[in-house]
Amino acid sequence: MAIAEVRVELKKGVADPEGRNTLKALELLGFEGLKDVKTVKVFDIFLDGDSGEVEKRVDEMCRRLLANPVIHNYSIKIK
Amino acid sequence: MKASQVRVCVLRIEGTNCEEEMYLAFKRLGTRPEKVHLKQLTGTDVTSEEMRALSDYHILALPGGFAAGDYVRAGAIFAARMKSRLAGELVDFIKSGKPVLGVCNGFQILVETGLLPAMSGVMSDVPEAVLGTNDSARFECRPTLLRKVNGGSCVFTTKVSAGKVSLIPSAHAEGKLMFPLDRSKEIVRELEDNDQIVFKYVDPEGTPAGYPWCPNGSTENIAGICNREGNVFGLMPHPERVFFRFTHPDWTRVPDGPGDGRAIFESVLDYVTKKL
Repeated sequence: MAIAEVRVELKKGVADPEGRNTLKALELLGFEGLKDVKTVKVFDIFLDGDSGEVEKRVDEMCRRLLANPVIHNYSIKIK
Repeated sequence: MKASQVRVCVLRIEGTNCEEEMYLAFKRLGTRPEKVHLKQLTGTDVTSEEMRALSDYHILALPGGFAAGDYVRAGAIFAARMKSRLAGELVDFIKSGKPVLGVCNGFQILVETGLLPAMSGVMSDVPEAVLGTNDSARFECRPTLLRKVNGGSCVFTTKVSAGKVSLIPSAHAEGKLMFPLDRSKEIVRELEDNDQIVFKYVDPEGTPAGYPWCPNGSTENIAGICNREGNVFGLMPHPERVFFRFTHPDWTRVPDGPGDGRAIFESVLDYVTKKL
């Protein structure tokens, strides 16, 4: 069995209101020197198959459901 | 076709929560709406009496809510389920000229399915747009003002007079319509050329305006778009919530009459009774 870690993040230039709000809240709590906060989504997918074939299948999963190509970049790590 | 013969499929899955108002909006105009679970169309875990065929309906309406808990992205799960089992039937439905309406979560579903903006063909392989998190990062829930900018292609707005500022309430956290950033301007121009932009958020004077008039930071303050043929229409605000004048916040200060959302349902009914 393989575990594929899929990391879905916003493309450069796409506004991240959630990250910005989190940054503001952290600053209000007194944390200093914060440069930026970005939200990312991580999925761990447990599946059968060897790593090469698994990556191809997971890539298709990203394309068809996990990421929206308009705003997202994604990366896959087979663990 | 008479209104009483028009069958409307109000489609839901778990987490859909505006199906009752959508159902009633069509019911009040004398049509035959039905609340249908997606499983009834795909034939999953249902008895033969519960089975339904999409082709038996004349209008498909996707109501608002939080389908499948908005997991992954708003509308993404509903879209994936629909696309996996109903893609062919959906394409046939739309190609035959039958209208499809998506309100709020329904709009998100249409975009995630690739049925809007549908720049080329009926349904794109992957989404060509997205309804992203509001700029405010908040759930924006209040009356919003819309003005029709559509030149006549959209079958859902023929009875909405040009220039009229309609009050249609919004209630969403992910309503910021975006296109790929590097081609955004170009895509908006193409949508304009195809007459696919239907409603914009405006101020009381009817001028397109940003926050707070536009609750989400949407590209060029767009509130609703349609496909090139004008029979698939999605918008974030809820016309079914202002079917009657008395559900407008200012109803005691203005003369009685129909609510601003009613014209949308009347328009599509007019289209179906005359053309289908």
